[in-house]
Amino acid sequence: MHDLVAITPLGAVRPKVDSHGPVTLTEVTDRALASVAARLGHEAETATALERLLGAPAPGPARHGGKSLMAFWMGPEQWMVEASFETHEDLARQIGSDLGAAASVTEQTDAWCRFDLTGDGLADVFERLTTANVRAFEGGEAQRASVDHMGCFVLCHDARHISVLGPRSSAGSLHHALLTAMRSAH
Amino acid sequence: MSQVNRLNGGLIDQSRSISFRFDDRWMKGHPGDTLASALLANGVRLMGRSFKYHRPRGPLTAGSEEPNAIVELRDGARQEPNTRATTAELFDGLTARSQNRWPSLAFDALSINDRLSSFFAAGFYYKTFMWPAAFWEKLYEPMIRRAAGLGSLSLKADPDNYDKGYLHCDVLIIGAGPAGLAAALTAGEAGLSVILADEDSLAGGRLNAESFAMGQQAGHAWAAETAARLAAMPNVRLMTRTTVLGAFDHGIYGALERVSDHLAVPAEGKPRQILWRIYSRRAILAGGATERPIVFENNDRPGIMLASAMRAYANRWAATPAQEIAVFTNNDDGHRTAADLTAKGVLVAAVIDTRPDAPKGQGYEVIAGGTITNTSGRLGLAQVEVTDAKGNRRQIKCGALGVSGGWNPNVSLTCHQRGRPAWDVDIHAFVPGGTLPEGMVVAGAANGVFSTHAALHAGAEAAVGIAADLGHTAPSPDLPEAEDAPVAITPFWHVSGAKRAWVDQQNDVTAKDIKLAHQENFTSVEHLKRYTTLGMATDQGKTSNMAGLAIMAEVAGKSIPEVGTTMFRPPYTPTAIGAFAGRSRGTDFRPIRKTPSHFWAEEQGAEFVEVGMWLRAQWFPRAGETHWRESVDREVLQTRRSVGVCDVTTLGKIDVQGSDAAEFLNAIYCNGFAKLAVGRTRYGLMLREDGIAMDDGTAGRLAEDHFVVTTTTANAVGVYRHMEFVRQCLYPDMDVQLISTTEAWAQFAVAGPRSRELLRKIVDPEFDMTNEGFPFMACGEITVCGGLRARLFRISFSGELAYEIAVPTRYGDAMIRRLMEAGREFDVVPYGTEALGVMRIEKGHAAGNELNGTTTALNLGMDRMVSTKKDSIGAVLSRREGLNEPDALRLVGLRPVSPDKPVPAGAHLMTKGSAVDAAHDQGYVTSACYSPNLGHQIGLAFLKSGHERMGEILRLVSPLTGIDHEVEVVSAHFVDPEGDRLRA
Repeated sequence: MHDLVAITPLGAVRPKVDSHGPVTLTEVTDRALASVAARLGHEAETATALERLLGAPAPGPARHGGKSLMAFWMGPEQWMVEASFETHEDLARQIGSDLGAAASVTEQTDAWCRFDLTGDGLADVFERLTTANVRAFEGGEAQRASVDHMGCFVLCHDARHISVLGPRSSAGSLHHALLTAMRSAH
Repeated sequence: MSQVNRLNGGLIDQSRSISFRFDDRWMKGHPGDTLASALLANGVRLMGRSFKYHRPRGPLTAGSEEPNAIVELRDGARQEPNTRATTAELFDGLTARSQNRWPSLAFDALSINDRLSSFFAAGFYYKTFMWPAAFWEKLYEPMIRRAAGLGSLSLKADPDNYDKGYLHCDVLIIGAGPAGLAAALTAGEAGLSVILADEDSLAGGRLNAESFAMGQQAGHAWAAETAARLAAMPNVRLMTRTTVLGAFDHGIYGALERVSDHLAVPAEGKPRQILWRIYSRRAILAGGATERPIVFENNDRPGIMLASAMRAYANRWAATPAQEIAVFTNNDDGHRTAADLTAKGVLVAAVIDTRPDAPKGQGYEVIAGGTITNTSGRLGLAQVEVTDAKGNRRQIKCGALGVSGGWNPNVSLTCHQRGRPAWDVDIHAFVPGGTLPEGMVVAGAANGVFSTHAALHAGAEAAVGIAADLGHTAPSPDLPEAEDAPVAITPFWHVSGAKRAWVDQQNDVTAKDIKLAHQENFTSVEHLKRYTTLGMATDQGKTSNMAGLAIMAEVAGKSIPEVGTTMFRPPYTPTAIGAFAGRSRGTDFRPIRKTPSHFWAEEQGAEFVEVGMWLRAQWFPRAGETHWRESVDREVLQTRRSVGVCDVTTLGKIDVQGSDAAEFLNAIYCNGFAKLAVGRTRYGLMLREDGIAMDDGTAGRLAEDHFVVTTTTANAVGVYRHMEFVRQCLYPDMDVQLISTTEAWAQFAVAGPRSRELLRKIVDPEFDMTNEGFPFMACGEITVCGGLRARLFRISFSGELAYEIAVPTRYGDAMIRRLMEAGREFDVVPYGTEALGVMRIEKGHAAGNELNGTTTALNLGMDRMVSTKKDSIGAVLSRREGLNEPDALRLVGLRPVSPDKPVPAGAHLMTKGSAVDAAHDQGYVTSACYSPNLGHQIGLAFLKSGHERMGEILRLVSPLTGIDHEVEVVSAHFVDPEGDRLRA
């Protein structure tokens, strides 16, 4: 076991939590990510393998889902698989061996920062941040979105819980944007 | 000063008083007042000076169409010029100043312009400032600049925040008057998602300004009750203080919500305004109509206003501009004003109706067939001169005059996509016509339907139609009985024979100016607009364009529809630039990217530099160092002597996988990659399709079907986009997958003769770090610090024995600390981008300065890299004759002949003895630095046939900075030209 201490995208040892009005903003660092892209001619094979991994069919465009593991759709024949960091730190290696030559798997865990917003009135916050119709979200949506010029994914778990994944290097800017929108809306 | 012209009632809270200041006078008003209504109530009619002639002016309207009552609001950094007093909501402590006057509003020195008006006719500037040409810059322009402009800026940063957002709805209803309210009620009850937007602070539109009943209720009470019902519906969003500014493609509308303009200071964290982009499936324009004035002699004195505005001030704001008024009208609407003001106890001296068959007055005199032929009163109206049907003149004393020339539907939003309005002969006005923006229908007064009854029903019907269209069933709305008077108007645009009759009061355009424009052949309506400036002020001619068109039609012998209208463009009303910027201002203008070692570098006191959006450590100053060069020289020398560490995470990293990955790299790089062995890295050059060098970097092969491509920091996004384009569009049949991993890995360059020793302490012992086991250009997946997955590349930008080591980003901070700690015994030093740059120039490596978008592989001395054994993007066009001239530019090194002389980037090279001009130019310096290893400045340059000119002495000139001295052409590889060090 190595002895290096990880820091969060915002630069601390522990994730940051902020509350304003009915909304709580939490930095999430306990998720591992790996991208899965089907190789040419191996689309069906990849879909089957993903279904086995997720315990559910691979999510369609702009959706996320899964039982044993979660995944969201990123592009044609391309998904991001998500698991607990504690148990799946080397997620890419694990699912890489499951998928074999059917798909290209790339570690993405630290390419992203993630902030979860929980509470009431999330649509009021998100309508200041993204063109996506968040008010109509019911859960299961995974929308690619530009938030203050940062390429993000907005994942809706339910109307009271929405995650934003953004570029890790800009975690400070993204956190600032989310907090500013929370203060403006509530 | 007491509120001498305050009436009873109104929709203001007369039980509470608030204070405000206009110029240097404090006055009282009530919550619900606008600045204009409060000033009128206080007996103030004079609110501004006109733009060109500095004529005294008061409010013409009671709304956003106001041309005259333009003031500077607030003090300090919040000072805002050119704000309409008619829309500024009064709050306690509001301060306002009149503008465009000196020294005071009542006595304005530049009102001399008015006396000289005969010199300032349309086209005055074009005709006057033509000669002598030399006078323009020195005299005319400064003079005009001093005189021009209205308000003044605070020259301080705006302390308020602005926000931006996006809304979605089934139907957007623009305007919350009777048509809009009925539409919203109907659509809301049908279950559609509805946004109802109105620029006013109160829903109701004209219902708040009229004395009509709606069923058993007052009109305003019905509006308030309906608004409350709508606000309670979860599927309806009622947005007051929200102006829909523009109609854009595919049902998208822009709207500005004034969240805090009615407050002294916005609440903590709240924006002043929000610019909304509204995505609608359908839209109902119920924006109402604007009354138009009649043009007559001296029609601009304070106290002369639209009759509907006078009614609005009396009914809604309980204010009258004077205790004795008159009305000038060509339609029945003017009589409403007379009736309402009489009911409020104001004396109506007369109604001058241009129609010979004018209706009888109820308690006031009507002069049928009469016109107003002049007015008097120095700083406000005192009396009007009326000429009756028989030509007899008489003076009527009055402090205010309500003018009604009929109503213009607000068609602006219907025309934002080049639709043209149509002329309606019944109401003598333009109504929406042609092709409306997709999904838009128009209802109520905006559609030329003027009675309240008809507006209510038109609104409801529009909503029923849209509901059915979207698969909903709308119940029949329960609408109250309302006024249903027909339009009774006889067109009358201007009183003839006037000398100074104002058409556009904001830009001081007279009826005479329009006639002059026609006389000088500016007959197209667009030319008329630009020549006279009619309708070009901040009010966009909302009250003036129609009269201008009518006068133009008359002199041209055409009908009004034949003259046509000018284009309507967004925004509908003036909008602060801050609102368009939203949150993207100052340091929030764009995101900041921080490297994995950023927090550590901050602790070290690093100086940072912006590289794209990244903040990179530029150098790490140490105690006692007083100049940046001391720090940089130390970092360079120490790295070359022992070992240095630099965060290079910012370089783009692209994961390329797939069975055709090697073939794909062969296509995007001009040199060969197919045969690169697993575990090896190769330098690659990418060309653009036109053969010009695009980017360079390395690609490491981690497996047969897996490469990691690195790009320069600046081009990371562009190269990734290019590669996706190539993959998706040029080679869709290749099995290749791409994803960026730039942010996933924290990568550090570890360079210097002792770098191997340092890394041996980091890399787990099972990995062979010997020169044979891990030679120059090797790469591999390893573990560090007891099992952490990592990647190691033996590549060198500095020219030293060097590695790049990558760990998952979250461990980057720990890794830099570990490298510093483990390297202490080797005298390790962190180095920044400056030292990085010095070392790459010393080594002769090209970077962004050389890959500048104009240079080829040949220029860079890499022409032999462009493989002829395969095809690659840009290879064919790189062989163009013009890019391969015998005297093409070649990359060389430069050394000053006198070691104390600089070699500045951007300086040009000339042959000794030749003229210093573009024709004799031999080349230019791209990169330059002080080399602490050589003890003098060095440079990289592009020089014609440079490879054949080693040892030649050239003149280095920079006429801008006065540089002119000799340099020697040398190899670009100043340090270790044989490359022994990096292979050590």
